[in-house]
Amino acid sequence: MAGPRKGTTGSGRKWLGPERERLHQGTHSCSPAWPVIPSLRDGCVPRLCRYRPCKYLFCVSGDFVKVYSTATEECVHVLQGHRNLVTGIQLNPHNHLQLYSCSFDGTIKLWDYLDGILIKTFTVGQKLHALYTHALAEDSVFVTIKKEKPDVFQLVSVRLPRSPRQDAEAEEPCLVLDYISPSPKCVAFGSQGEYVAAVRDFYLSVYFFKKKATSRFTLSSSGNRKHAKNNFTCVVCHPKEDCIATGHKDGKIRLWRGFDDEKKYTYTCLHWHHDLVMDLAFSATGGSLLSGGRESVLVEWRDAAEKTKEFLPRLGATIEHISVSPAGDLLCTSHSDNKITIIHRNLEASAVIQGLVRDSSILTGLMIDPRTKALVLNGKPGHLQFYSLQSDKQLYNLDIVQQEYINDYGLVQIELTKAAFGCFGAWLATVEQRQEKEGELELQMKLWTYNKKTQGFVLNTKVSMPHEDRITALCFCNAEKSESPTLVTASRDGRFKVWVLADDSDIYREAVGWTCDFVGSYHKYQATNCCFSEDGSLLAVSFEETVTIWESETWELRCTFCQRAGHVRHLCFGRLTCSKYLLGATENGTLCCWNLLSCALEWSTKLNITVMEPDPRSENVAAVSRSSGGSDLFVFKPSEPRPLYVQRNICSEEVRWGVFVPRDVPDAFTSEALQWLNRSQFYFLTASQSLLTFSSKSPEEKLTPTSKQLLAEESLPTTPFYFILGRHRQQRGEQADGASENELVQLPLTENVPAISELLHTPAHVLPSAAFLCSMFVNSLLLATEARSAEEMPDDVDMEEEKASDSSEEEGDVPEKVQHADHTDVGEDLRQQLSQLSKCEEKELRKLRRVDYSWVTAP
Amino acid sequence: MGEFKVHRVRFFNYVPSGIRCVAYNNQSNRLAVSRTDGTVEIYNLSANYFQEKFFPGHESRATEALCWAKGQRLFSAGLNGEIIEYDLQALNIKYSMDAFGGPIWSMAASPSDSQLLVGCEDGSVKLFQINPDKIQFERNFDLQKSRILSLSWNPSGTHIAAGSIDYISVFDVKSGSAIHKMLVDRQYMGVSKRKCIIWGVAFLSDGTVISVDSAGKVQFWDSATGTLVKTHLVANADVQSIAVSDQEDSFVVGTAEGTVFHFQLVSVTSNSSEKQWVRTKPFQHHTHDVRTVAHSPTALISGGTDTHLVIRPLMEKVEVKNYDAALRKITFPHRRLISCSKKRQLLLFQFSHHLDLWRLGSTVATGGKTSGKFLVPGKHGDTLPLSKDADHLLHLKTKVSKMPAFLRSAVQILFSEDSTKLFVASNQGSLHIIRLLEGSFKHLHTFQAQSGTVESMCLLAVSPDGNWLAASGTSAGVHVYNVKRLKLHCTVPAYNFPVTALAIAPKTNNLVIAHSDQQIFEYSIPDKQYTEWSRTIQKQGFHYLWLQRDTPITHISFHPKRPMHILLHDAYMFCIIDKSLPLPNDKTLLYNPLPPTNESDVIRRRTAHAFKISKRYKPLLFMDLLDERTLVAVERPLDDIIAQLPPPIKKKKFGT
Repeated sequence: MAGPRKGTTGSGRKWLGPERERLHQGTHSCSPAWPVIPSLRDGCVPRLCRYRPCKYLFCVSGDFVKVYSTATEECVHVLQGHRNLVTGIQLNPHNHLQLYSCSFDGTIKLWDYLDGILIKTFTVGQKLHALYTHALAEDSVFVTIKKEKPDVFQLVSVRLPRSPRQDAEAEEPCLVLDYISPSPKCVAFGSQGEYVAAVRDFYLSVYFFKKKATSRFTLSSSGNRKHAKNNFTCVVCHPKEDCIATGHKDGKIRLWRGFDDEKKYTYTCLHWHHDLVMDLAFSATGGSLLSGGRESVLVEWRDAAEKTKEFLPRLGATIEHISVSPAGDLLCTSHSDNKITIIHRNLEASAVIQGLVRDSSILTGLMIDPRTKALVLNGKPGHLQFYSLQSDKQLYNLDIVQQEYINDYGLVQIELTKAAFGCFGAWLATVEQRQEKEGELELQMKLWTYNKKTQGFVLNTKVSMPHEDRITALCFCNAEKSESPTLVTASRDGRFKVWVLADDSDIYREAVGWTCDFVGSYHKYQATNCCFSEDGSLLAVSFEETVTIWESETWELRCTFCQRAGHVRHLCFGRLTCSKYLLGATENGTLCCWNLLSCALEWSTKLNITVMEPDPRSENVAAVSRSSGGSDLFVFKPSEPRPLYVQRNICSEEVRWGVFVPRDVPDAFTSEALQWLNRSQFYFLTASQSLLTFSSKSPEEKLTPTSKQLLAEESLPTTPFYFILGRHRQQRGEQADGASENELVQLPLTENVPAISELLHTPAHVLPSAAFLCSMFVNSLLLATEARSAEEMPDDVDMEEEKASDSSEEEGDVPEKVQHADHTDVGEDLRQQLSQLSKCEEKELRKLRRVDYSWVTAP
Repeated sequence: MGEFKVHRVRFFNYVPSGIRCVAYNNQSNRLAVSRTDGTVEIYNLSANYFQEKFFPGHESRATEALCWAKGQRLFSAGLNGEIIEYDLQALNIKYSMDAFGGPIWSMAASPSDSQLLVGCEDGSVKLFQINPDKIQFERNFDLQKSRILSLSWNPSGTHIAAGSIDYISVFDVKSGSAIHKMLVDRQYMGVSKRKCIIWGVAFLSDGTVISVDSAGKVQFWDSATGTLVKTHLVANADVQSIAVSDQEDSFVVGTAEGTVFHFQLVSVTSNSSEKQWVRTKPFQHHTHDVRTVAHSPTALISGGTDTHLVIRPLMEKVEVKNYDAALRKITFPHRRLISCSKKRQLLLFQFSHHLDLWRLGSTVATGGKTSGKFLVPGKHGDTLPLSKDADHLLHLKTKVSKMPAFLRSAVQILFSEDSTKLFVASNQGSLHIIRLLEGSFKHLHTFQAQSGTVESMCLLAVSPDGNWLAASGTSAGVHVYNVKRLKLHCTVPAYNFPVTALAIAPKTNNLVIAHSDQQIFEYSIPDKQYTEWSRTIQKQGFHYLWLQRDTPITHISFHPKRPMHILLHDAYMFCIIDKSLPLPNDKTLLYNPLPPTNESDVIRRRTAHAFKISKRYKPLLFMDLLDERTLVAVERPLDDIIAQLPPPIKKKKFGT
């Protein structure tokens, strides 16, 4: 797996059109567009880690299920295979090393999450909205499906057949409860599986499996103010007692007891939340109840009493889900800003898994931090987020507004509207504004300098009201030769201002600060955009329909272009060989290209451009236009009016922002149409805030290869054998290739041998006895070096102990691995020998496995 | 039906006293309520919560404890150190007996109803034997260090729990010695309070003692071992009262914050026998301290400083959704406190310890449609200048002492229309007729009570011509006496529900009777039978909304010129019944607002029915006709009462 990815470029399907990769569709998936919000479940892996019982955290992310390590917050596996949104995950109650997942694609899949292997697929055939399991429900699971009528959902039980085949048709579903809510939070199973509770609108229904009867409890929904927000939002059941906790829209939590009698039922009210209760969870023993909502405070109700509650405040964003580990030592909350917080039982946040924040409107657009190569955009309210595209992780948040955010409807907040990096990441300019009423604009521009010591941005200059009206554009002069940093702001008040860094020293300290150097205007038109040429000698400022060119040395107006085609919205200079061109896109759908030497219009075309981005590494300019069918992408060079590459309908919604991200290692696409992707990658953000890109790799390959290895290494207990093995591996590494010292690179070498990896990945119970395999296995290892055999054995035994899943294995795995093995360039010939020799053994192994299948399914 | 000038009187400065104790009697389904001024009221829960009996209080007799014993016997004890037994038939105090232990804080009757236990200021717990005629001191239990604020018997009668300051003692009844002393934590949410007062204890049959204290805790103790089992912190202020249901599956506590919490015994899981006490519903019907609570089989009853008696039915115990299933809040007494002199335009207000006499004001009538403090229908909302303020004429506090012995205690008195005669209902169930002369009076006649009963007459009505006198007790029927011939004329057939108001119509001498179940009867005295109209309405039945009203009719009067009209009111509405119009059925709108005058007569006639109801004045304590075109309405807005109460405990309210 560690080998560089070669040869995938030509593989058919992927390059029929560039694959769009969903980058951040919610690590923890909180898009309002998804009707079903998947759940978080914590996995308990007692066999693997005896010391820390809860090691893995599962979360649903789009079509995938991600497995995180609770210790390192690292994503260790991405379980993929579903063709549509995954809507529910549950641990297999009979085998805690397996995970069920269900999806809109109508299948239930069973995974071995330790290895990231799909074990079985059960086809139900209908869109599945939620999944529930229960230990007492022998081999059935419960799913929520939709009836023909809209808005009518049913909870049904589905018997999963025990067949050895990997794909199986699930049996005909059997109705449990009708007319329920599709949200997974609105159904809960009782502790002993005796009943299932479902809430919808104003009533709670409890179905008793033994009695086969449903009790229904309705809350008053009358129009009066007191009961107007009685709606149920979520339900959970107590793990030990007959107690159902429900959350409500008005922030109340009700604890229902005695609900087996429709007359004698009773409930207790707990009220702290002022807004709706998003999720509830009981602790593993039932001693306390956890609740969360828009207040971003996790509330723990000890003994379910109103007066004894504990808080974990300031979690940053609305709590969407709460999950408690089966062992009870960890909690985790997922938040609307695409974040998972792992919390210790004593209510101390221990880890944060943060993805791209997506719940605020993006006003700053997409930028690349020149230092970290991170994507920079609006994050939490008043913050800039730095998001690493490589690791799908938020690097950090920069607090720009530096004011406590008050979360309430109807409040006009300070918005971070513009930001720009200058001088290769040394400076950052931000603009924030707040407008409560017309004519009451509060505007502030802040300039931040990068402090090498603290490795962060420090506020340098704060300019309040830099303009009379909103700032429409902000740009730094990024020319390499420019002696002093220069910043230009354009505003709707009809002016553009040039700000330069000046000496601000006094007798106490030496300092620099930003001052206004020049104010320009053009016929009192509103300035709509501004842009520096690549070398910094020219500044283009658009004033409504007119583009003015200014000399940056003297700030003299050089020339003007006017096309009378509506206000200029986008403006950019050509780069490298095309630096004599200036591009402007107008509101009325005209794209113009002016020649700066001849001061004449070079060409123009009708194109309703929403995004225009120049590639910093090449002459290419990417433009996204909005058409009736969706958004179309055009990549062109200003010098030639014919586009290099056209991709129609890249997405159905409007593209709001785009950015070219320079590649660290240039790709070598031979195909002419794709050469524009060689040096940079194009990312774009849609109206629904999905960040998409053009990618050449299959999702499988995008997995960082190190994570799997880390897992493998983690799973080795630190026994004396481990030390011997570790040393042995080092020795072997030295023998194989003296240059490579890194153990991480060395480790997969054994795995590249198909026989060994096959053996190691096969569940222990489907293998023949260890004694039978031993000689074969040892022989295969002996060939490599004589010293290995003795030490490798314990490893094998160890793995056998660990893998106790009743899975059948994917057969398609092996050839791929062979292919990978072929590509490794270290110790090539030796390993080739190895793999060839082991192929015969591999065949033998398979034969044995086939023979053994029958007893797996025997009841 | 005509327009009236209305005197809208709001200067009746009546403030009911706070409720101190309630005691529920399961046998007769009656509730005894004592107030801080010593008043004791008896409510009949079977008769629509009608306040049927009333014992006026005295400043020196502040009650601290109230209990029923032997079915129908009611005892109270107070800070004057006396135990009082009430005579529920004669409506007076049977006897009072000093317990010689200083002020009495608590009292409890034994489960067998044979013994009475009182807890005193000096720390003594005294046991009294209840004999048929009196109670008799039996013995003292071990003396405790501080006052005994609460007492509870074990349902088996072998042990008692006594709540004191900072600890709870468990006594063995046989030996009278304290077998356990359970210390209560003074801590309150980490802050140590000076003292922890045990406001209430309850002893359950399984040996559990439940205590409520000033630190806001509800605690469960095991009386066998004297150990704390569980604590529920329910309030930031004192928890002042507790009451357990007879089945011991639920109890209720009241806090100083005005909240009442309901606790229920529920099974942990449906198939195990293990049960636990769970706090279920909080009820916030009070603004001030809930000093006392009671638990009837179907309802939670609470009362406190804010003077409301709240009866909150337990929906799961109510069999049918009827009248009993609604929350009841009783604030005003179910009797008339005001009387009015029509000719002189005087109002007499009755307070607990004094009387006020006021003369109504007036304005210069302009255009015949205005008045001072008055409201004209159709032009309501206008405040008009007062040409003459209402005068406060008299404040009567002293009693005339030169009264004959038989007149010492009167339950009800009434003047005849021409003010020559005074009718006095005295406590032996007899009625006296007294002729008034200038400066003196002469006893004319006494109607003795019907044989075998000593029940007092609480309501009197005299016909305008002075010939007939109607009198009604709490349970027996209405008796009509012929005043001229001085003999019993007839008895109206008995009805199950007590009478709330009586009046005799002029000219026709029809007796109109309102009962607590909101039924109205019209009985012709000369014919000795119900009138045709009364039979019709009984046959057809009243409108369901009429029957759902929750305050009794307290006053009935008649229009001097329109014999078909009956005027009556309760606390929330004023009604004119026009007997000439068709009766409403359940489909017609009962509470139709008075149609505007410009509407066509056809529509008015089509929608008109016999009940003309106005809900403009509320809470309405009194309403009567002064003359043909003038009404006087006495209101007592609840806000004015609340303004006179001590400030409630401050609670942080979210969003303020």
